[in-house]
Amino acid sequence: MASPEDASRPFAGFSDVSIPEDIPVEGDISVPVPPSARDDELSTLDEPVKETVLRDLRAVGKKFVHVLYPKRSSVLLRDWDLWGPLLLCVTLALLLQGGAADSNEQGGPQFAEVFVVVWFGSIVITLNSKLLGGTLSFFQSLCVLGYCIMPLTVAMAVCRVVLFAISGKAGFIVRLVVVTASFGWSTFASTAFLSDSQPSNRKALVVYPVFLFYFVIGWMILTFSP
Amino acid sequence: MSSGSRTTNTEPWGGFDDNLVQGSGSAVIDMDDTSGSSFEDVGEMHQRMKEEEEVAAEAAATEDEGTEDGEFLGMKGIKGQLGRQVADEVWQAGKRQASKAFNLYANIDILRPYFDVEPSQVRSRLMESMIPVRMINFPQKVAGELYGPLMLVFTLVAILLHGMKTSGTVIREGTLMGTAIGTCFGYWLGVSSFIYFLAYLVNAQITMLQMLSLLGYGLFGHCVVLMVTYNIHFHFLFYAMWLLIGGLSTLRMVAVLLSRTVGQTPRLLLCGSLSLLHMSFLLYLHFSYHQILEGLLDSLEGPNVAPMQRVVRDVPGLTLNTTMRNLMTQ
Repeated sequence: MASPEDASRPFAGFSDVSIPEDIPVEGDISVPVPPSARDDELSTLDEPVKETVLRDLRAVGKKFVHVLYPKRSSVLLRDWDLWGPLLLCVTLALLLQGGAADSNEQGGPQFAEVFVVVWFGSIVITLNSKLLGGTLSFFQSLCVLGYCIMPLTVAMAVCRVVLFAISGKAGFIVRLVVVTASFGWSTFASTAFLSDSQPSNRKALVVYPVFLFYFVIGWMILTFSP
Repeated sequence: MSSGSRTTNTEPWGGFDDNLVQGSGSAVIDMDDTSGSSFEDVGEMHQRMKEEEEVAAEAAATEDEGTEDGEFLGMKGIKGQLGRQVADEVWQAGKRQASKAFNLYANIDILRPYFDVEPSQVRSRLMESMIPVRMINFPQKVAGELYGPLMLVFTLVAILLHGMKTSGTVIREGTLMGTAIGTCFGYWLGVSSFIYFLAYLVNAQITMLQMLSLLGYGLFGHCVVLMVTYNIHFHFLFYAMWLLIGGLSTLRMVAVLLSRTVGQTPRLLLCGSLSLLHMSFLLYLHFSYHQILEGLLDSLEGPNVAPMQRVVRDVPGLTLNTTMRNLMTQ
């Protein structure tokens, strides 16, 4: 056999070893595409808008319930969505707005601050848990971290009410207790989902940034004064 | 034999040579051979496939002329299908190469080995960062990881935020968060690069990763000092901790650098600049973000919880005034 021929057709010499040409090889290699997939898409296109919106709202609400009672379930992870985190982030940012003596200067940045802190922090924690060998995907982690801000948002609303009602040291103590409790709840809820996806000896390495993240948010809530 | 092997390449199901055009035409596939994964090889593969297509088209054309008119449509159908097959293959190959290139460069797995640590390792490295090692005659080991330093920088950001909020710092251009993140990351990355540049000039044996890691762990002392002194406001305490804890972590970094540098002047240059920058950063963090201590203490005893007696003024001017006043009254 001439070597230039072999160089352009590697494994040329094997063709007559492995497949004898007198036995015809036949069959159908094409994979049958199930026709039902297209029908599904058409069917959700045809349904009324109210149903679509309600289905999404129900999914978001189910996830909120899961954060309230954190059990090790995979509902939050399987169908991730970012509506809930967006809603919570915007609510938190609006509640934290206007929290300074000279509000014309610091009212603006605070909305953007909260937004950037929440999303940038979530992205950093997600990257960190992926680099440490986690099995969750990027958006699943974002979804979990965003939903677990809910206790802190509730605490912010409570704090605003307390700031109107009680003032002075007692008010500060009440707010401290509320914020600490919700911060602990958030951290516990998110680690219930996140730490399952990590190798067992590295859970502390993943929990610490989550702790820092919610600590910073909790601190922003606690030091808020209208 | 040769005609038989030629026709196997023109089968409708594509033949064997999809993945085998990499490297040389050897019978052994080298699994480490990445010679097919660059864009030059894509071009080569494309060229080869084009040539084969031309060869196949020629073969089909010569066979065409030998057939009857009745079968002409059948053969043309096969040729069209062949063209489609080859176009499909070229598209698949191109897509494969593009996704390979993307996975090669835009992959966070590049950073994965730097995050491969255990909690016990992080703990021991934190403790070691405060203990200067005596032997400077041969290069000391520096861990090349980024998890610990990154977490320490974020912790420093959180502590700084705490200090800024309790002291009622007014940031006019920008936000509290932005200033804190900018200061801490800027220090870590900027000073690391600067010291690495100096080390490169004086031929010290330290890599950028090691420098980042070393300086990051050196921030542990800063975190401890600031955490204590942002809450307990005694200047003597701050100065004592500045000297003790700041000094210990600086000495550790200096010892590591000394062990990796030769010559008196380079050692002086490198270690002098590092200690200067490290110690003055701690001073800067304490004094510029934590002024209105007396006002805070007074107002916490008051009836309402709006303690920040914020007066609009420039931060650097205040630093100087407060420091001078404090130094003069002590």
